[in-house]
Amino acid sequence: MFKNAEELVQIAEKDGILLSEVMIRQEMSVHDRSREDIMQQMENNLDVMERAVNRGITESVRSVSGLTGGDGKKLHEYMMLNDTLSGDLTLDAVAKAMSTNEVNAAMGTICATPTAGAAGVVPGTLFAVKEKLNPTREQMVRYLFVSGAFGFVIANNASISGAAGGCQAEVGSATGMAAAAIVEMAGGTPRQSAQAMAIALKNMLGLVCDPVAGLVEVPCVKRNAFGASHALVAADLALAGIESRIPCDEVIDAMYRIGENMPTALKETGEGGLAATPTGKRLKEEIFGAGK
Amino acid sequence: MKYRSVFEIIGPVMIGPSSSHTAGAARIGLVARQLFLSQPDHVTFRLYGSFAKTYQGHGTDVALLGGILGFDTSDQRLTNAFTEAEDADLTYEFIEENEVSRHPNTVKIEMKKADKEMSLVGISIGGGKVEITELNGFELGLSGNHPAILVVHHDRYGAIASVASVLAEKKINIGHMEVSRKEEGKEALMVIEVDQNVYESTLEEISKLEHITQVTKVHE
Repeated sequence: MFKNAEELVQIAEKDGILLSEVMIRQEMSVHDRSREDIMQQMENNLDVMERAVNRGITESVRSVSGLTGGDGKKLHEYMMLNDTLSGDLTLDAVAKAMSTNEVNAAMGTICATPTAGAAGVVPGTLFAVKEKLNPTREQMVRYLFVSGAFGFVIANNASISGAAGGCQAEVGSATGMAAAAIVEMAGGTPRQSAQAMAIALKNMLGLVCDPVAGLVEVPCVKRNAFGASHALVAADLALAGIESRIPCDEVIDAMYRIGENMPTALKETGEGGLAATPTGKRLKEEIFGAGK
Repeated sequence: MKYRSVFEIIGPVMIGPSSSHTAGAARIGLVARQLFLSQPDHVTFRLYGSFAKTYQGHGTDVALLGGILGFDTSDQRLTNAFTEAEDADLTYEFIEENEVSRHPNTVKIEMKKADKEMSLVGISIGGGKVEITELNGFELGLSGNHPAILVVHHDRYGAIASVASVLAEKKINIGHMEVSRKEEGKEALMVIEVDQNVYESTLEEISKLEHITQVTKVHE
């Protein structure tokens, strides 16, 4: 098994194969499963993501707490009627990312990528980039394998848990994963994928996990929105040939160490950051009652 | 390496809102149910760390309870676990512990049915992946690096050999193994870490052996 991003890229370069292919072959050999079986399971995950995206942009989903919902649809409608400033592809990714997280907050069905709280970034970017690059269904499934390959590296060398490493470990990881996958779909090299991942994650370092009332809603939904836009910019930087001065694996290591040093109040305990603001505390009281 | 499959990163397909606090919690509950062999009459959930602080917001409570009721991470019934528990005559309580646990997402589950009792400690390490760190007070020395099977059996001669020979037949290598029992001749537990993937059919074959009462796979 590849232990880090450098090994992942080297296998792809040595064998002259795509990063998605490295991940698929490893999955086949480690788990003794057929290619068909693995591709089918990932396509099922893709179907779940597509349903969540479509539900979020067409229905005004509402979470049980009432804190979030309807913004994915609202942004989608805004795009249809207006000449947007940040561009249709970017906002499409943002709307679809938010939609997924709104469905998640409403206890709907989603696919964790790599977690539920960060589940919007990978599908959001995928279903937006799809409109421009017109990939085949297999290429879309491969997008998820590239994302998975980088997520695998992060999970094994740092963390993908907000409670262990803050939001940088969740939305930060998802953003890096998506950036790397966009690069492969757009025809970039394996090394450019790793660069995109490094560039994207670098700018997410230090992001804390401070959910209001402990709910995966505020600020999670909008952090996914920005993760999606961020991933697109990082992918373009890498495709332009811009490189990260700090190698991908060292960025991941930095993320891990920052997470270790992060106070517990800022790691999914709902005790610090936005959760501890006057409004954050008031919302918590309104939802769960005083005394909690 | 804690994570071994791409589907632990892209997946699981689940009911929101949190992979660690909802899906992971459901999986810990489900493993508890499988190890208990049946549905308990009463369950106590002791929550530690982030689980204790945010369980209501994340639906950790409904997920744990849903797991005990046998619902998997993508089962729509999870959201109605409180009602489902009432219908199933399952009583429960959630206790927020202040004690500092080794992992921030830790739960201790105590199950009771008539005079039968079982307790286990589970941790949710991120992305829906879970580990069971303690069973009936026995620490499980699982590295989490390999698939593992837990076999509850009667403490009799030949039980261990029969399980080992099924694994040998399937060309499955045992990397690490522990056996513990509460009392001589009573219930005992085998914890077997293996190098290869174990299929459901193999687990079924083991469960049919003499003196074996329950077989569960803990890690994918």
